[in-house]
Amino acid sequence: MKPFVYERPDDPAGALATMVRPGVVYLAGGTNLIDLMKLGVTVPDMLVDINSLPFHDVEEVPGGLNVGALVPNSDLAMHPAVRAAYPAVSQALLAGASGQLRNRATVAGNLMQRTRCLYFQDVDKACNKRSPGSGCDARDGDHRELAILGASPQCIATNPSDLAVALSIMDATVHYIGPHGAAAISVHDFFRRPGDRPDRDNSLPRGALITGVMLPEMPIAATSVYRKVRDRASFAFAAGSIAAAIDVRDGVVQDARIAWGAVAHLPWRAWAAERLLRGAPATAENFARAADAELSGARPLRDNGWKEPLLRNLTVEVLLEMTS
Amino acid sequence: MTLLVNGQEHQLRLDNRATLLDVLREQLELPGAKKGCDHGQCGACTVLLDGRRVVSCLILAVAADGSAVTTVEGLSAGQGLHPIQEAFVEFDALQCGYCTPGQICSAVGLTPEETGSLADIREAMSGNLCRCGAYVNIAAAVYEVAAAS
Repeated sequence: MKPFVYERPDDPAGALATMVRPGVVYLAGGTNLIDLMKLGVTVPDMLVDINSLPFHDVEEVPGGLNVGALVPNSDLAMHPAVRAAYPAVSQALLAGASGQLRNRATVAGNLMQRTRCLYFQDVDKACNKRSPGSGCDARDGDHRELAILGASPQCIATNPSDLAVALSIMDATVHYIGPHGAAAISVHDFFRRPGDRPDRDNSLPRGALITGVMLPEMPIAATSVYRKVRDRASFAFAAGSIAAAIDVRDGVVQDARIAWGAVAHLPWRAWAAERLLRGAPATAENFARAADAELSGARPLRDNGWKEPLLRNLTVEVLLEMTS
Repeated sequence: MTLLVNGQEHQLRLDNRATLLDVLREQLELPGAKKGCDHGQCGACTVLLDGRRVVSCLILAVAADGSAVTTVEGLSAGQGLHPIQEAFVEFDALQCGYCTPGQICSAVGLTPEETGSLADIREAMSGNLCRCGAYVNIAAAVYEVAAAS
C-alpha cells in the first residue's frame, strides 16, 4: 500500500476543506476502500476519516425517515421503523455481505462502493472504469456476472449494492454537502449509466460529502420485498435481484414499483414493466409480459444471457407471492 | 494512539497503513486472529470492536484509535473457557482449527435476533468460512449456547 496522510476531522467543514486537492478520499467503514487500496485499485494521497462527523442517527421526520450517512448497515437493517415501513430496505441490507461487514459498513459507503467486476479489481487488466481509455477486457473475457441492461461499449460493470435496489423503488434521495452547500439528489439521478465516462459511478460532485439518505413516506413500501438470487445461499453478490412493492385491489394492479439488481451499472428501475402493470389484472401472464417488456432492451453478451430468464422468473415468482 | 485490547491499554505509534489485524498479530503478540484471505472474505480475522464483530483485516488500526478490542485470547476468564469455547470442545466444532478463533469471536458477537433458530445461525455465521467443512458442528455448538441463554 502506498503511504498516505490520515486525518480525522470532527466537523463537516473540516472534512470538506480537505477536498481541495486531488487524491483525497473519504474513509467511512472502509470495508470496500481498504480492500481496493490493498489491491492497488485506489491509491489515495490522503484519507479523511469521517467517522467523527455527526451523521450517525436514524430520525423519523415529517414526510419520511432520515438515515444518517454513517449508520452501520446492520443497525439500519434492524431499525424498527425500517422493518415496519420499508421492509425491502431491511431485507436488502441483510442479504448483503456478512454480519461482520454489515457491522462496519455504512449506508453512504454502501452507495459509494465500487463494482466487483474482476477486471476493475485487477490492475493488470484493461478497464475503462479504473483507467479511462485503457479498454475493457471484460467484454470478451469473463463477463458471466456483468451487465445486460444500459451498458456501453466502454463498460459492462454492474453496481454491487443490494441496498441501492431497494432505495430505487422507494424514490429515496441522497443528501450531501457539495461545493455550493447542502443539496439533494434523487437516487435515480445519483446512479448513472456508464456511457463514455465509466470512471464515474455516480453524479455526486467531486469532494461532496454525503450526509444522509431520505426515505419518503410511502404506504405501498410497507409490504415491499427484496429477493436475491446468488450462486451460494449466503455471503455472495447477486446473480440477479429484485425489490418490489405492489398494490392490488379486486385483482387489478393499482400501483407497482420494481427494481432489479446485478443487471446494470445502476439499480435498474423497471419503469416500462410498471407502466404495463398499472391497471392490468394481477396474473402470472401479465407479470411475465411486464418483465419481458423491460427486458426487451437487454443486450446480453456471450455468457450472461442467463440473466434474462432469471430476472423474468424471479419477477413473476415474487409478484405472485406478494399478490396471492 | 491508544487501543484497549482484552482490557489492557496500549499506547502505540503506527504506520497509517497497518491494519488492526497486523497490529494485533505483529505488535501486540496476539496471534489468535488469523490472516486468511486478508480481503474480508473468510472471517478468520474476526474480533470484537467495541463489542461488535468485525473483520480486522479491513480496518486501519489508526481508525480504531480509542476503541476497545476483544480477541479470542480475551474471551476466557482465567482458566475458565467462554461458553462458546466450551461448546466448540463439546461439539467437536473444528478440525484443523485455523478458522476457529474467528468462528468463536463471530459467534460471541451474534445478536439475539441472529440466533433464533439453527437456520438463523447458519445464515449469521456465513461470513466465517471453514475449509475443513466443520459447519454442522459449529452451528450446533453455537445453537446450544444460544438456546441455553
